[in-house]
Amino acid sequence: MSAPTILAQADSGFFRDRSSNGDSCVANNGFCPDWIVHHLDRYVSPFWQHLFLVVVSVGLGFAIAFVLALVAHRRHRLVGPVTQVTGILYTIPSLAFFFLLLPITGRGNKTAIIALTAYTLLILFRNTVDGLDGVPEEARDAGRGMGLTDRQLLWRVELPLALPTIIAGLRIAATTTVGLAALATFAGAGGLGDQMASQKEFISNIAVGGALCVLMAVALDAILLGAQRLLTPWTRVRAA
Amino acid sequence: MTLAFLGGLGDALQFIVTKSEGPGGAQVGGSQLLPLLREHLLLTVVSVGIAAAIALPLGLWLGHSRRGSFLVITVTNAGRAIPSIGVVFLFFAALGAGFFNITLALVLLAIPPILLNAYTGVRAVDPEAVDAARGMGLTGAQILRRVELPLSLPLVFGGVKTSTVNVLATATLGPAAGVVTLGDPIINPSSYGDAGRLGAAIVVAALAITAEVGLSAVQRKLTPEGLKLTGQATSRRRLPSIPKRRIAPTP
Repeated sequence: MSAPTILAQADSGFFRDRSSNGDSCVANNGFCPDWIVHHLDRYVSPFWQHLFLVVVSVGLGFAIAFVLALVAHRRHRLVGPVTQVTGILYTIPSLAFFFLLLPITGRGNKTAIIALTAYTLLILFRNTVDGLDGVPEEARDAGRGMGLTDRQLLWRVELPLALPTIIAGLRIAATTTVGLAALATFAGAGGLGDQMASQKEFISNIAVGGALCVLMAVALDAILLGAQRLLTPWTRVRAA
Repeated sequence: MTLAFLGGLGDALQFIVTKSEGPGGAQVGGSQLLPLLREHLLLTVVSVGIAAAIALPLGLWLGHSRRGSFLVITVTNAGRAIPSIGVVFLFFAALGAGFFNITLALVLLAIPPILLNAYTGVRAVDPEAVDAARGMGLTGAQILRRVELPLSLPLVFGGVKTSTVNVLATATLGPAAGVVTLGDPIINPSSYGDAGRLGAAIVVAALAITAEVGLSAVQRKLTPEGLKLTGQATSRRRLPSIPKRRIAPTP
């Protein structure tokens, strides 16, 4: 009469131990591959939102910085003031920037994108101007000698030669923006930072969120590098 | 003094200058911000100090011996790609709340720029100056201390400046890991209100800009007279971007 009871107790105890074993990693706040595999889906939509913030911000930042750089290239005395203004935007901590914008733009994508865009301007502007300045005078002279107008000279000679420096700027801007976009959660714009902050005391969660950020940064960097290779075939010849 | 006519901004400025009762019932703002400011600055100074003590000697030595470019590139790229909030939260998750734990996280964030600039600064010193020093019979250590270091000082200090501004910004996350810095009104708006949050954001932004401007002035003071005379226009504008371009990740 008592034997089956004992068996049953042992049984249930056995199963209880097993189940708590599976969760003990989570309970002990360790690095839990099992948990990560089972909960990977919750990172998918924050990942795309994160990527969206980065791509839009860097794209907008590049459009603005590129126009500013072209203007400053023609009128070189503008380089100093533009560098100073974008330098101040670069210095304002993004977290503070979000909350400075909140009363004006409210919570959401808009606030995050404005702050992140402002942050990329200095890097992109400086690298574009540096790239254009670095074009050898001989190349310009040759272009002029071939009868190119200023506009043709810019698009056919100067910009292609400046491309490696411009893309180097884009790579730095993209990588840093991936890291900063993790703070967009404070602006209510979601992203991987949102997911990390939701369980900030759980190591596995932080590790996955951080790793996905690094992955995104590395992938964007590789894509930009690939684009540079495609767009500047002459550098490959020189290297070989 | 009432700044109500400025709306939300006025409330925020009021929060910065005068003490009042916050939504949580406690006294907030004005002089109550001083302990937060103190903690914020202490955290920054300790973190950057430790990072400099580690990264400066290492970077200078690697630059002098022209070794370890792979290490410097890796550390720099990792520092750029890993989100600061991830590092802070990871240390919080692994070690718990506390001043020391978040200091460790900030030290990790402060090391890459200091290391990169110390390394590239020394590497960028005119090789002819180093050759001349060697020809005069200076030893390696003497060359580093008397020739390379003075000539690279602006760039080396530039790394410390970058790290300081970065850490000042990231220290705002302190309250998320249990250290009550100026980020407290930002992270925990329930006890400070919207005015407190905006006010703290203004203070943090002003602090970062002040640090940037102040340290840039120090940087100019540190530039050797000789460097100021030769090609000031090119070196001043070009130098900061050189490391970024050269250390751009390679496949």
